[in-house]
Amino acid sequence: MGRTIFDYIIEERLPFFWCEGCGNGIIIKAIAQAFADLDLDPKKIVIVTGIGCWGKADDYLATNSLHVTHGRALAAATGVKAANPELKVLALMGDGDGITIGGNHFIHAARRNMDITAIISNNFNYGMTGGQYSGTTPEASVTSTSRYGAVETPFDVCRLAQAAGAPYVARATVYHVNLLEKYITTAIAKKGFSVVDVINVCPTYYGRLNRMKSAVEMMEWLKISSTTNLSEGNIAENRFAIGEFVNEDRPDFTEKYREIQRIAREDMTKLEEDLGGR
Amino acid sequence: MKKKFQISVVGKRCKKCGICVAFCPKKVLKMEINSVPVAERLEECIGCNWCYLRCPEIAIFVKEKEVV
Amino acid sequence: MHDRIKFLQGNEACVEGALTAGASFYAGYPITPSSEIAELASIRLPAVGGVFIQMEDEIASMAALVGASMAGAKAFTATSGPGFSLMQENIGLAIMTEAPCVIINVQRSGPSTGLATKPAQADVMQARWGTHGDHAIIVLSPASVQECYELMIQAFNFAEEFRTPVIFLSDEIVGHMREKVILRDDIPIVNRKFPKVDPPEYRPYQPGEDGVPPLAYFGSDYIFHASSSMHDETGYPNNVPDNAEKVIKRLYKKIYDHRDEIIITKEYETEDAEIILVSFGASARSAREAVYILRESGYKAGLLQLNTLWPFPDEKVRQLADRAKFMVVPEMNLGQIISEVKRVVEARIPVYGVNKVNGEIITPYEILGKIKEVF
Repeated sequence: MGRTIFDYIIEERLPFFWCEGCGNGIIIKAIAQAFADLDLDPKKIVIVTGIGCWGKADDYLATNSLHVTHGRALAAATGVKAANPELKVLALMGDGDGITIGGNHFIHAARRNMDITAIISNNFNYGMTGGQYSGTTPEASVTSTSRYGAVETPFDVCRLAQAAGAPYVARATVYHVNLLEKYITTAIAKKGFSVVDVINVCPTYYGRLNRMKSAVEMMEWLKISSTTNLSEGNIAENRFAIGEFVNEDRPDFTEKYREIQRIAREDMTKLEEDLGGR
Repeated sequence: MKKKFQISVVGKRCKKCGICVAFCPKKVLKMEINSVPVAERLEECIGCNWCYLRCPEIAIFVKEKEVV
Repeated sequence: MHDRIKFLQGNEACVEGALTAGASFYAGYPITPSSEIAELASIRLPAVGGVFIQMEDEIASMAALVGASMAGAKAFTATSGPGFSLMQENIGLAIMTEAPCVIINVQRSGPSTGLATKPAQADVMQARWGTHGDHAIIVLSPASVQECYELMIQAFNFAEEFRTPVIFLSDEIVGHMREKVILRDDIPIVNRKFPKVDPPEYRPYQPGEDGVPPLAYFGSDYIFHASSSMHDETGYPNNVPDNAEKVIKRLYKKIYDHRDEIIITKEYETEDAEIILVSFGASARSAREAVYILRESGYKAGLLQLNTLWPFPDEKVRQLADRAKFMVVPEMNLGQIISEVKRVVEARIPVYGVNKVNGEIITPYEILGKIKEVF
């Protein structure tokens, strides 16, 4: 029985609450398509979100979901996965939620290689709270808290994840939808910590404040600003390198910890034998 | 025989962002001010599905028409 | 498993109690004076198929607890003042998602880094009101290694029964001292109510008559949504004013309507006591010795020891105040529980504090000194 996106997206909940032209709907559709292609059982999927525009994605998904506090989705997701390793766990976070306030949990989840897929909706600002700049905002960008241009240098989410040890790291944009779906599907199927940085459009704030007043103009911008030459990418200057940065196979936390459980169990039974059950 | 396609738009979901219209490789779709896109040049449609894939609202669908 | 008698540290007894209660998940961060709990958990949990994870900070630890709880685990963590402060927002998350879990705070002398290795009892109000917004919370307090074991089982039972985080407010003295402990296995273990309806009808926040909703787990036949946002019985966001009032009051009542069951106190020689000491944790040990000495010298003294700090045992304190001439509240802070005692006593009789904030235990003689002063 072929699954469709509406096995995972609750159609009667549409339309999405996101702004006209916001790419979050494109990403959530790609995720649902990936679930369908991978024929995943909604009962075994857990979507964990934090706070922000993208943090509302789980309101529309017919899987298990846990909507936690701002920045902490990956930490909560770590608990979900560790307690029930058979679950397919995704963390849907924005650039603010997942990389800025959540940055510490992001690098540690990658270092720990938790079997979790982090899908970052990276629209270069805090949309929900009114367009403030975040840890990924390109330099000189105008935002509601950097009216004279952002002075800070942004993270490159993929370089950050790569350096932190994630075995799968890819970037796509909401314009390059075929690549987006391919990388999301690969990431979800992948064992270990997988990251897809999705460059997204935010016409209401980031676009409007940076001379791109419509979704169409922002999509054009994504089209001309992207390169598949990974070494050429430079987020700070709006040069987006799209592709797979890392694609390795390494044992994840759960697999390694199962060995610890085996050793500890043996150790405990030996101890009890020595004590003669005293 | 060139394949024929049907394009359907879910009016109440479409927020008229214009992405489908702008990026249709065959300029099939057209959008009047404050109206949902219509397939004005339907015969040009090649079924590439980019409008469906790029629609942020899951409000446009492309189906191959059964040629009877 | 027959009764096992051991000579354990309070912190170690906490882990034994958690295991007996069925704990299978620990996420925490090292901090004096609680780290022994993490160390023992990291050895014992994997041996029973459980998981120990050292998270990157206490914020992450508390978030992981909620995640694990929703995935079906009995989850706990241990920390001290500074970490307890970092956990507050996600303790609120546990309250709002109604995620059963236990948070051990082995109190040390603050504020801030303070006297990191020294005991105090100054987190009482933080335990009650640390996280923002109107809420109820259960806070238990051990005064011996045996209580660390038994009260820990009780903490998990309350967490499961009422689908709530429970704060286990210990202190450095009780945490680090060693005593004989009987690892009883005859204490009934409570598990969260599992839903009985058909999966499509399951509402993760539809309460039973006790005000507590049944809880499935991620991966079961029941798909469900849990949220830090105000929600209705489906768990999905709902900002209708009536709903918000209903939910906030339900969360409060599910604890306070059951306070008779939740409130645990112990009394020593209060039947005819005119001088009533009210204390908890390490200070209660000195208070009990003071009662013993006073009785030896012919004074009618008694101790009310609080094992439950919140909900505060109003009724018990009120009854004892009817009989007593005055009350004395020894606590290693500048006066926190005393404000609750005074609230209940309503100045019908005097209430005196014995307060010490230098990182050392209050001695029985300091308590006697105070009593001589006022009596």
